Amino acid sequence: MNSTGNPYVPILVIGAIGFGFAAFSLVAAAITGPKRYNRAKADPYECGIEPSPQAAEGGRFPVKYFLTAMLFIIFDIEIVFLYPWAVTFDKLGVFGLVEMSIFIATVFVAYAYVWRRGGLEWD
Amino acid sequence: MTTAQLLSQDPGWLIAVKGLFVFIGCVLLTLMSVWGERRIVALMQMRIGPNRVGPFGLVQALADGVKLALKEDLIPAAADKIVFIIAPIISATTCFMSFAVIPITGPVTLFGHKTAMQLTDLPVGVLYVLAIASVGVYGIVLAGWSSGSTYPLLGGLRSSAQVISYEVAMGLSLVAVFIYAGSMSTSEIVAAQQKWWFAVVLFPSFVIYAISMVGETNRAPFDLAEAEGELVGGFHTEYSSLKFALFFLAEYVNIVAVSALATTLFLGGYHALPGLTFTEQWWGGWFTAIWFFFKVLFFFFIFVWLRGTLPRLRYDQFMKFGWKVLIPVSLFWIMIVSTLRVLSLHGASRITVIGFASGIVLIVLLINIAYDSSRKRASEKPYADVAPPSFPVPQLPSERAENPRG
Repeated sequence: MNSTGNPYVPILVIGAIGFGFAAFSLVAAAITGPKRYNRAKADPYECGIEPSPQAAEGGRFPVKYFLTAMLFIIFDIEIVFLYPWAVTFDKLGVFGLVEMSIFIATVFVAYAYVWRRGGLEWD
Repeated sequence: MTTAQLLSQDPGWLIAVKGLFVFIGCVLLTLMSVWGERRIVALMQMRIGPNRVGPFGLVQALADGVKLALKEDLIPAAADKIVFIIAPIISATTCFMSFAVIPITGPVTLFGHKTAMQLTDLPVGVLYVLAIASVGVYGIVLAGWSSGSTYPLLGGLRSSAQVISYEVAMGLSLVAVFIYAGSMSTSEIVAAQQKWWFAVVLFPSFVIYAISMVGETNRAPFDLAEAEGELVGGFHTEYSSLKFALFFLAEYVNIVAVSALATTLFLGGYHALPGLTFTEQWWGGWFTAIWFFFKVLFFFFIFVWLRGTLPRLRYDQFMKFGWKVLIPVSLFWIMIVSTLRVLSLHGASRITVIGFASGIVLIVLLINIAYDSSRKRASEKPYADVAPPSFPVPQLPSERAENPRG
């Protein structure tokens, strides 16, 4: 039995092993653990005080987290463009270097703007 | 024959066997490293640490696992049940998957087959590891969100913001490695380090990667996601029994995974230390695995050392460090490296290259001096004079000493 030589098959294999282990653990825990139902146990844990009816201020949380996520996408896309450039760097030579400098400078303008406007402050 | 060609000849059963080896290796390494961490931190704090279960307490982590399996598996009433169960499965599955592209040994013979202890060799290997790490964040954020409780929600948000922030710095630090190796495949990056380790050639990249890998795995001093004093346990506060154990396992496997990636990208992977290359032939090539694990455990020791030494950062300091220091420094370093590379490719004279490099050093020194002096000026600036308040204020002890009135 020969595999097709597809390099993605082993990834599925290790993924299946990991998933099988996790699923087995969850089933095993459901069988081996005791079950003593009690209403207080099913309440959210808040160090013993009366739990708040909803998580974290009615489900709202600071806008900072959205800002971080958006900045992450900008830089992640920059990285996605940087990787192929880095791999073929020797072939592209000076042309690639100049092009990429312009690109990095462009993204850097946005970065400097966000910094100046206090988008990177966390208070 | 390249590693990719060698691995493509693996029969199906060999892939399964190697997958099992990697899985068992990860679990054993986790059990050992939990024990090792507790012992080392105990020594640093002048305690003894776990030494009762088995010789030197070696089986302690396994005993803890068994104990967790015998605990009640709670699902809070406010939780979103399906997502609550899926989240630990995502965490525990993805952490193993990043090991698929890590080369653990050079060419070896396993059950009569010539192969290498590496599951697969993708042309985009490192990108694949980063992608899997990003999927792993889902486990954390979904666990925090689905618990329906305040602490896990805040912990999960913090944790995901932290992981994605440091992933940018980590991704940028790898660009220099790809420029020098000319490939994103892990085995080719290891092969490119035959002569010089990238930790030496690209030292700033190595430092940035080493810092961001600690941030990426939510470990001390960057363990704000589970800051015990503020958030109880962070995203896994509501988890009990083996669901909690799966998160715990995922955390440690992730530590080993980022250490393994650091070894592969910067410390020459499975290659021996310089001057000891003859050992790579021992045991039919299997001795290279020893070198690999030696380097991985070195990184693990650094993780434990950091935890035993440094206090936790405040969240704003932590985000500031990631966004305002690591990212601009990485971008600056990429430009320097690529310029140097172009200079050397076009056969620029040695004097030009040295001149350029020393120019950069001078610029960095100037920036540093300017920054220091501006900080000094800021700290020396006198406080604004505030008119004394109209209401009576208690006398401070220093004032009392100056003008004693009885």
